[in-house]
Formats: sequence, C-alpha cells, structure tokens
Amino acid sequence: MDNPVFNIGGLHFAFGKHTVINGLDLKIDPGHFYGIVGPNGCGKTTLLMLMMGYYRAHEGRIIFDGREISSYSRRHLARKMALVPQDFTINFDFSVREIVMMGRYPYLPRFAAPSREETRQGDTVMEEMGVAALEERSVLALSGGEKQRVVFARALAQDTPLLLLDEATSNMDIHHTLHALDRVARRVRAGKTAIGVFHDLNLAAMYCDRMIFMVEGRVFAHGETEKVLREETIETTFGIKGKIINHPLSTGKQVIFQKESTL
Amino acid sequence: MSNSARDASRHHRGVFIFLVLGLLLLLVVFLSTGMGYIRIAPLAVLKVIFSHLTGNTQLLDGLDKVFPYVIWDVRLPRILTAAIVGCGLSISGVVFQGILLNPLADPYTLGVSAGAAFGAAMALLMEIPLLGVYTVPLFAFAGALLTLLFVLSISSFEGRIASNNLILSGIIVATILSAGISFIKYVADEQVSVIIFWLLGSFNSRTWLDVSLTLGIVTAGGLFCLYFARDLNAMALGDRIAMSLGVHANRTRVALLVAASLIASVCVAVSGIIGFVGLVIPHLMRFVVGSDNRILLPTSALLGGILLLFADTITRAVLPHEIPIGVLTAIIGGPVFCYIFRKNRRVMIHG
Repeated sequence: MDNPVFNIGGLHFAFGKHTVINGLDLKIDPGHFYGIVGPNGCGKTTLLMLMMGYYRAHEGRIIFDGREISSYSRRHLARKMALVPQDFTINFDFSVREIVMMGRYPYLPRFAAPSREETRQGDTVMEEMGVAALEERSVLALSGGEKQRVVFARALAQDTPLLLLDEATSNMDIHHTLHALDRVARRVRAGKTAIGVFHDLNLAAMYCDRMIFMVEGRVFAHGETEKVLREETIETTFGIKGKIINHPLSTGKQVIFQKESTL
Repeated sequence: MSNSARDASRHHRGVFIFLVLGLLLLLVVFLSTGMGYIRIAPLAVLKVIFSHLTGNTQLLDGLDKVFPYVIWDVRLPRILTAAIVGCGLSISGVVFQGILLNPLADPYTLGVSAGAAFGAAMALLMEIPLLGVYTVPLFAFAGALLTLLFVLSISSFEGRIASNNLILSGIIVATILSAGISFIKYVADEQVSVIIFWLLGSFNSRTWLDVSLTLGIVTAGGLFCLYFARDLNAMALGDRIAMSLGVHANRTRVALLVAASLIASVCVAVSGIIGFVGLVIPHLMRFVVGSDNRILLPTSALLGGILLLFADTITRAVLPHEIPIGVLTAIIGGPVFCYIFRKNRRVMIHG
C-alpha cells in the first residue's frame, strides 16, 4: 500500500474567534479523485488552503508526503501541488500564454525563458483547455469562463502529482466543465491525485471515485463514492431529500432532487 | 514561427528595447549637458567629462575656463539627479502598481509624498539648522519613512497585509498629513513661499552628494525589486495562486513595499514632489513590452530617467523662465494619463 498523500489529524483552524475547522481527521490516498462536498461555510475551501499551506493550522497536524506541511519550502510544494481557485481577479494585461507559462515558474530560474520542451508542454495544456487559439490575447479581454480555463491550463502546466481544485469549473459552461474534469480524471488514471471542492453533487459523483462530506468543520462521511453517496448522508449534510439513481447513460450514481415547494 | 522561437524572440525584444533606451538615456544626458544659459559644443562637453574621469587636464587646453565648472559642478549633478529620480520614481511606480494590484497606484499612494512634504514643511517652518542644506531632505526622508511604517502598521491584520487595506490606510494618513501641511502653511508667515516652492519640486542646485545618494539607493533598491520581479508577476493572479506557484506572497509584498517606498522617499527628499512620473511611465511601457515585470521594471526605469531629464532640461534650458518640475510633469503627465485611461477603460470594463 502506498503512503498516504495527506494524513490530517485533530485539525483546528479559526478566523479570529470564528472556528472554521473543528477537529478534522482525514487521510488522502494517492491515485484517487477526491470530491469534497458540504453546505456553504462548512470549511471546504479553508481545508484546501490548509492542505496547500496557505493557512497555518492552529492545532493538529497536516502530514504531506510523510512530513509536516509547514516544513517544506514553498518552491518544493509548488512542484508537488497545483491549485485552480474558484475565481481570481487580474488587472494587468498578461497574455494567455504568459499566464499559462507561469505554471513553469517553480522549475525555472528567475530570469530564464522556458525551454523548448516546456513551451511544448504549454502548447499541450492550452490545447487541452481549448485556449490555444487565444494564446496571444490579453487575459483582460477574456470572459470569466475563458479566464478560468487559462488558469486551469496554468495549473496543468505545473505538472504536479497533486491537483487541488476549488470549485475549479464554477465559471465554465457545461461543455467545458465536463472537458476540464475529464482531463483531470485522465491524469488521476495515470497515477496522479486530485482533490476537488464541488457544489454540484452530481459532477462530484460522476468524476470522483471517493467523496468527502463535510459538516461544520469536520468530516461527516468519507469513502468510495459508491458506498458513501447515500440518501441519508445527503439529508444529514445538506438538509434536503434526494433520490439516488443509477446513471442512465453510464456507470455510477446520480442524485435527483425535488423543488422545495412540492415537498 | 514556432512557439518557442516566439518566446525567445519576445525575450530578445525586451533586451533590445532595454539597450535602445539605455543608449537614448546616455544621449539625452550628453545633449542636455551642453544646453543652457551658456551653450557648450558637444566636443567640449566630452573633453570636460573625460578630463574629469581620467584626470587628464591637457584635454581642457583651449577651452573656456568656466566650462569645467559649469559642466561638472553645476549641470551634471542636476542632470544626473533628474535622470536617477526619474528611474527611481518609475521603478517605484511599477512595484506599487504590482503590489497593490492596481494600475492606478503610484509611489505616493501610501502617503510617502505627504509624509515627506510634512517633514520638509516642519524643517522649513522651524528653520532647523541641524545639518545645513541637508536638513530639509533629511526631514523629508524621515517623514516619508515614518508615514510608511504607520500605514503598514494600521493596515496589517494577523500578520497579513491586504492590498485594499493598504490603499485605504494610505489615503487616510495622506489626508491627515495634508491637513497638517495646510496648518503649517497657515502659521508659516514669510516662510510659506519657501515651503510651497519646495513642495512643487526642483532639481536646482543639486550636488554630487545628491547624485551619489540617489544613485546608491535607487540602484540597490531597483536591483532588489528586479530580483522579485517574477514573483510580482505571479502575485498579479492573487495571493493563493502566487503561493501555489512557490511565492511567499505576504513576505514578498512587505519587502517590496519597503524597497519601493525607500526609493520614492529618497527621490522626494532630494527633489520635492514630482507627480505623474511613477503613474504614467509604467503605463506607457506596458504598451510596448507588456506586463512581465522582469522586462517592464528595467525598461520603465530607463524611460522614466529619459523623460524626467527631458522635462527638466526643457524647464532649465529651453523655457524663458524656469517653472517647477513638479508642475511641468503634472501639465504633461495629466493629459497623457487621461488619454491612457480612456483607451484602457474599454478593456477594463470588458474584463
């Protein structure tokens, strides 16, 4: 059995007096696509930021790759994990290619231009995310969904064993959403690990082989999607009733919801 | 053209533009040295400069006895100070815009200018004789640094400094200091004209000490900022992405803030408040070289040096009466900035 990617125990974190992560335990194994779901404010994004070392845990431990996360240098971590955030703002007119090639910063000396090999890597991920035709355009002139695909491509250019996705497709249309998640799933099949925060339960159920249900800063249920995606879990986590069905077009489960007024 | 060739050519283009601007700066320094109340031929200028650099006094044979004095003791210190201050304000402008994630920021956004002005006004009001002619610059410098420290301390929260907090704190502190300056002017009586004149900025009667002081701090600070230029690129995408790309966003922001403010402070201390250079030059340069700070920073520095020296030479040697350099840069820079703003707004709204 491989060593876990993350081994998190007794984790606490608060913004001022407001506790966000409250005694969380979690183990992440390599080679899986994890989907983190839970109601607004349950600490999903905060957990991701703690895993990334962006926030420092107030209590408890986050062991990444066998060592406490805070003991790594930022540059080392940048070669191990990449992040696609929910949204971001940019006020400077970098070209699409410039943004994508920032994914190679962790590997390059400060003033070096990317090598031919790395430039080709950039081409590949831009094509994967469907932004190759935009490469000379300024990011300021792109739509929200296009920008997100550019930032997604940048994370793929980082070519890390771990991908962190925070609502990474929130601004994309359904076509690009499926396409982007397919690209992540393909990398997971090749041995990489992905951890994504999802609002859409059915997207998570479709792409993630493991799911983590969070409630009030703790993990409420965690395991293989087939086993953990259950009507009772959804009811306790989100306070709504849903029906689990088999995916009519492929394998796996989906959830059907009802309008509130007819309940 | 293949993509890697395009990457390489973009890189080369940046270096090429940097070299062209460097040569242009040398040319403007050289030409402006000959211009002024006494016109001096280019060859004579060269002779005087080389005789000083090499110690060879034979080069001066046949030249007017006053030339070496005019060139070496009067004009060059002023010209070099103007060029270096132009470089410094532009470097500081690029860094402030990058850190504050705001293309409308400039070296004075955090109240550095108001702090310096307050310090200088105090020194002029009290007529403190502490260090002779260096009393005012010293007070200006101290005022700028104290303001920066104060702004940093009120805008940090749990060890993090958010860009919006910085801008707001800067505006608040600058407003308070402006009120203080108004009060000083009100009670200053006959000193009021001296204070106003200082506030408008001037390169008049600069010395080699001014040159070495600004050169030292602008060079050291500029190289420090250049080292972090790529980190500044990553920080343009926000702290989270910057961190995920291996950049200590918070630490880098504080280090760059201090360096850029130091540069701006020394510039203000030797020349008064010269607006619009730090705001407009980075904008102009972005049109030419793009937003990569590794290229933007050094090319903006050179362009700033060229244009500020150019402006100072116009007021010194071309206009019938010298007008304060701060007024001139505002008269030229203001409309230019309006134009850039109109042109960019379309893009900003779309984004």
